[in-house]
Amino acid sequence: MSDLSKLDKIIDRWNADPEFVVEMFQDVQDQLGHIPRDALEKVSDRTGAPRGSLFHIATFYQAFSLQPRGENEIQVCMGTTCYALGAQRVLEALERELGIAPGETTPDGKFSLRKVRCLGCCAIGPVVAVNDEVVGTIRPSDVADFLTGLS
Amino acid sequence: MNIEELRKTRDEIGKRRERYDAILMVCTGTTCQARGSLALVDRLENELIKRDLTDRFLVVPTGCLGLCSEGPLILVQPEGILYTGVSEDDLADIVKQHLLQNNFVDRLLYRLEGKAIANMKEIPFYAGQQLLSLRHRSTLNPEKIDDYIGANGYQTCYEVITGMEPTEVVDTVVRSGLRGRGGGGYPTGLKWRACREAVEKTGNHPVVVCNADEGDPGFMDQAILAADPHSVIEGMMIEAFAVGAKEGYVFVRKEHPLALRRLSKAIEQARRKKLLGVAIFGTDFSFDINVHRGAGAYVSGESSALMQALTGRPGEPEAKYVHTTERGFRNMPTVLNNVETIALLPAILEKGPVWFSSIGTGDVSKDPWNGNTGTKLVSLTGAVKNAGLLEVPMGTTLREIVFDLGGGLPEGSELKAVQLGGPTGGILPESQLDLPLEFDALSEADCPLGSGSMIALDETTCMVQLAKFMVGFLKEESCGKCTPCREGLVAMDVLLRKIASGEGEKGDLDLITEYGQTMTEASLCDLGRSAATPVVSTLRYFRDEFEIHIKDGKCSAGKCRDLISYNIIADNCTGCTVCVEACPENVISGEPGKPHVIDQDGCTRCGICREVCRFDAVEVR
Repeated sequence: MSDLSKLDKIIDRWNADPEFVVEMFQDVQDQLGHIPRDALEKVSDRTGAPRGSLFHIATFYQAFSLQPRGENEIQVCMGTTCYALGAQRVLEALERELGIAPGETTPDGKFSLRKVRCLGCCAIGPVVAVNDEVVGTIRPSDVADFLTGLS
Repeated sequence: MNIEELRKTRDEIGKRRERYDAILMVCTGTTCQARGSLALVDRLENELIKRDLTDRFLVVPTGCLGLCSEGPLILVQPEGILYTGVSEDDLADIVKQHLLQNNFVDRLLYRLEGKAIANMKEIPFYAGQQLLSLRHRSTLNPEKIDDYIGANGYQTCYEVITGMEPTEVVDTVVRSGLRGRGGGGYPTGLKWRACREAVEKTGNHPVVVCNADEGDPGFMDQAILAADPHSVIEGMMIEAFAVGAKEGYVFVRKEHPLALRRLSKAIEQARRKKLLGVAIFGTDFSFDINVHRGAGAYVSGESSALMQALTGRPGEPEAKYVHTTERGFRNMPTVLNNVETIALLPAILEKGPVWFSSIGTGDVSKDPWNGNTGTKLVSLTGAVKNAGLLEVPMGTTLREIVFDLGGGLPEGSELKAVQLGGPTGGILPESQLDLPLEFDALSEADCPLGSGSMIALDETTCMVQLAKFMVGFLKEESCGKCTPCREGLVAMDVLLRKIASGEGEKGDLDLITEYGQTMTEASLCDLGRSAATPVVSTLRYFRDEFEIHIKDGKCSAGKCRDLISYNIIADNCTGCTVCVEACPENVISGEPGKPHVIDQDGCTRCGICREVCRFDAVEVR
């Protein structure tokens, strides 16, 4: 069960207006780390937006996750420049070291891995962001040490 | 704020700046921030306080200075001396040597073939540029509205609002030849005119929307918003006055927190000074701007999708029987322009359409479609020495951009192609590099200019892999609403994977081309219609490479895993065991001091052995 008073506050902030459900979900995602089922239901009850269309929104936009994310969220930029500079191999190295696929969280809840489309630091690609801190020009062979540094 | 107050602030800021012996502009663009430039601002300020020098020198956190690959950057004004790769340990030397003893800190200067160039303007990357949308680069603190006013800001919109008729503003923009910088290249003034006509016809209130949902690459529009947010506000005011709008929206991605924060702050400041709100400059013109945070979906940058996203729905495109200018946001006539287009407006209205159209190519005096006027932002990345953000006159050749401004490729690399316009853009081979940076010329070459992203690719790029990557990207980003785009991308992806794994067959390439044609003709929105561009252009220029994959089962760039193997060259191998340690699959064997061997059966061709080898002893076959 998630913190319902927090949810009410978020929904109040946007006047329970169905036009701002994306904003509400952004706040829920920021504060709870994901969009729990009861949050989606509560937003639906209070704004009058059908659950189905809220589910559509929660799964359409990349910023939202229905599963809790790990303590450390690793985002691998898969924009065109980073790809051209070798991001695919960096992503594979992370998958191999963490034992998870993009979109998943490690069983101990320490790491989650996610692909993102361009973090805007193309000149120092390939780029990886850990909890919003950007690390540039990372190589596949750096990945193992990089993860050790985090845990 | 009235005009007298505006002018007074401007003059005061100018005088205040003159009091300082030097001003240190620290780049706080996204890339420099990622490399720790915010800490440099604090440390530099502390250093000045410690030495009691705050009366003589000023530290200003400024927007993107452009040469991202050399960051963090500090520019010392008014001399214009650029320091590159600055770390916290260098700051004491900048203060002591440069500010106090007037000697450049040589080790931090930009170098061209070993020779130091101190003055920013003399560095080829900057010398070839002309700044219009970035005209306040390296002059102001984006978080201070007074800095913008000090740079003559909001004067133009005052002149426009108090001295011009709205239709005159529309005509000015039509005559300037300005075309939408988001990629479509539709003349901005004509869009406004269509909106005014729709307003007259329907009697509905118009809305202006600024599209800052820049996806990939995501640093041009973001750089403007983060470096000079007030120029976008002023541009939107001019736009709103021209079409008669009272409301404006900016759609910014949440992935760009810096742009979002600085724009929101700038809007607050403008409201406090009554530059936004009711009865601006005491006239009957009222206007305000709302910011909408996008939640990340490539397709929601498409115009009809963006209208959906703005009202809290999934950003999926709609069938366009009616133009957005007639029925867009909440079914009202809507003018949608991207950030760069809007940021050009204050300069166009200040200096006039003739001045603007004298930059770039073509004669637009009678028809805005008949030229490519003004400047264009380019994000130059990939295999170039100088990577970053630049602004050049339209018509500049791609070769000039890559080799003169970009400094060419790093030693030992050769240019194979450039990729333009992000994931729905195209590819041009080296032989086409004399094409000009223009909407029409590049579209004819199957490689639309798009938003102005340019990625230099060296000989290690496999075109099959690149096409597969772009199709894979679009496949994931396609909203799935219409069949040609949804199914076409999946079908293309299947064929490209087949070719990349060496199982391609005769006829596959024709089938891909056919899918592409169907998608281009029958998709619902621009994403679907342009989704085949990457493959069409790679096939047009690199068909041979695809055929070699199919006929010979070979990947000359050494990228397709099923077609290559990693091998150790015994003569070069010193037996240092570094690769043995690094191999994630533990398939390299060998004793110290003796050549190692890779067991091909267990090798996943991840390439880490080649990356860690210091003796060039690992080759790809």
